[in-house]
Amino acid sequence: MQPNPQETLSTQPELSPKNNQAKSKSPLKLAMGRFLKNKMAVISVIFLVVIVLVCLLAPLFTNQDPVETDLFQIEKSPSEEHILGTNGTGQDNFARLLYGGRISLLVGFSAMFFTLTIGILLGSLAGYYGGKVDSIIMRAADIMLMLPFLVLTLTIIAILDNITIPIFVTIIAVTSWPNLTRIIRGTYLSLREQEFILGARAIGARDFRIILRHFIPNAIGPIIVNATLMMASYIIIESALSFIGFGIPQPTPTWGNMLSEAMNVRILRDHPEAWIPPGIAIFVTVLAINFIGDGLRDAFDPKSKQR
Amino acid sequence: MTNVEKSIVEEVKKEEITKDVLVDVQNVKKYFPIKGGILKRTVGHLKAVDDVSFQIHKGETLGIVGESGSGKSTLGRVMLRLLDPTDGTINFNDVDISQLKKKEMNEYRKDMQIVFQDPFASLNSKMSVGELIEEPLLVQTSLSRSERQQKAAEMIEKVGLRRSDLQKYPHEFSGGQRQRISIARALVLEPKFVICDEPVSALDVSIQAQVLNLMKDLQDDLGLTYLFIAHDLSVVKHISDRVAVMYLGRIAEIAPKKELYNNPLHPYTKGLLSSIPVIDTEEGGEKQRERVKLTGDLPSPANPPSGCTFRTRCPLAHDRCITERPELVEKEDGHFVACHLYTS
Repeated sequence: MQPNPQETLSTQPELSPKNNQAKSKSPLKLAMGRFLKNKMAVISVIFLVVIVLVCLLAPLFTNQDPVETDLFQIEKSPSEEHILGTNGTGQDNFARLLYGGRISLLVGFSAMFFTLTIGILLGSLAGYYGGKVDSIIMRAADIMLMLPFLVLTLTIIAILDNITIPIFVTIIAVTSWPNLTRIIRGTYLSLREQEFILGARAIGARDFRIILRHFIPNAIGPIIVNATLMMASYIIIESALSFIGFGIPQPTPTWGNMLSEAMNVRILRDHPEAWIPPGIAIFVTVLAINFIGDGLRDAFDPKSKQR
Repeated sequence: MTNVEKSIVEEVKKEEITKDVLVDVQNVKKYFPIKGGILKRTVGHLKAVDDVSFQIHKGETLGIVGESGSGKSTLGRVMLRLLDPTDGTINFNDVDISQLKKKEMNEYRKDMQIVFQDPFASLNSKMSVGELIEEPLLVQTSLSRSERQQKAAEMIEKVGLRRSDLQKYPHEFSGGQRQRISIARALVLEPKFVICDEPVSALDVSIQAQVLNLMKDLQDDLGLTYLFIAHDLSVVKHISDRVAVMYLGRIAEIAPKKELYNNPLHPYTKGLLSSIPVIDTEEGGEKQRERVKLTGDLPSPANPPSGCTFRTRCPLAHDRCITERPELVEKEDGHFVACHLYTS
């Protein structure tokens, strides 16, 4: 059937949706609504918020100094003064757990943020401009992925003698940007041929505007999900490197450093209170972040759940 | 009339025509390179648009019909410089835009807009309707926020939606309503020329007529010039003043609407017209047409047939069609056809 031009149909539109009064929700708000319906994810958010708050408000929970050494109080068992005992240099384990959480979370968060910046920048350039720019960035990413991560990081850390938190974060970000860059580039490539991008070019929008207002909002799902999962893996990387002594140097407390202090049979056997709490802290934090990441994935892409 | 008088009359006529030509497309080609092998060398060309010339006059609607793959959408995109032409000139308001740099081109973009086929892919789903309609103003003009909102509100009412719809998001609308939003977005800059790239193909038949009538009303109100691309001859018939038939990147026939529908010359046009189911041949004074059945598929534009590209499906093909490419010649007043049957 073809429309009959002779029959003058009105130019009135079809009826608008019934619930005219209902407030319109942006796609982002709809995704948040779906996220809040995911119980595991919401519980994980609460868990994470509690962990972050406890670490940030550490002075409220302990009046011990995490770096002050007391050589008369070495490897003490839990007491009223030292809830989780003390370590081999007489530092309070409980204070180190709380203040260490600050550092571990800070490293995870800022490394994630740093990688995100590099990833969005390079991924956008590669995915939007294509051609030579794309080739150069992607070959650089390939080379980076080819180098074994651990060997590379250990080498860099071994060369630099004074590892501070910013340097450590930079090392993690610089060695792990290729994955996110690839994901963002891939998302852009699928968006690039869509008509709304052509439409933005047809009104004469500048490249910057097209990337900022059209590409990034439509790629935000994969970006947020991967950034979240990345943060979890960075917390693990921090503790793993600290565990083998290549992380943030002592006496700065981190969860990884606390585990590394327990690398000795006597403490492992006699003082479980020294290494179990930081282990659990890492485990719970990473698990919570991963659940949040999964929840976000389902929220941004509701179809993925039905599989 | 003496010869001198004749030539004067012709000259005057020519001047009149060129005076109100808005878009003049001359010998436009768009070849996509085909890359192959390990070294990604160009092994051939896909001739999406191959030497196309035509003019569009102010205020008229030129319909372009063709099968999928005939290059009609590519032509539209090349005309807006969303794709760069391989060769040829595109004069818009007597300015050749085919070689302009990106920045220079942006000045002309507010005068030429496009409405896309798929209303679900052509609107950024993360932006509200208000933002979508205001965006062209934000990019092209220096209007203040409230002025932009005012214009967007006027525009949304013009296309038959409500002001309150500005706060909503595209996912809350049906295909027809989304296409109205697309139209509002395209027209808010008050362009002179709008390319409609199959704007109703994705819509339900009942909605198609509504949107077409809306586009016609807006054309009258705002003095728009349309290039209307479609694969459907009946839709084109409703809205066009003149119609061009494209086949494999070339124009086969171009004529005023009535002339083309009542007196098609090219065998391909005849074939297309025969494929429309006719309910009542008396109505509209159409004569019973000779039926030309089209068989086979469109050949690959990467490897088009020699001579006349239509010869592989043409029931009237002869030797000359294999060797020689037919030029577009004026057979009657304003009726051009590219077929050896009409060249002596």
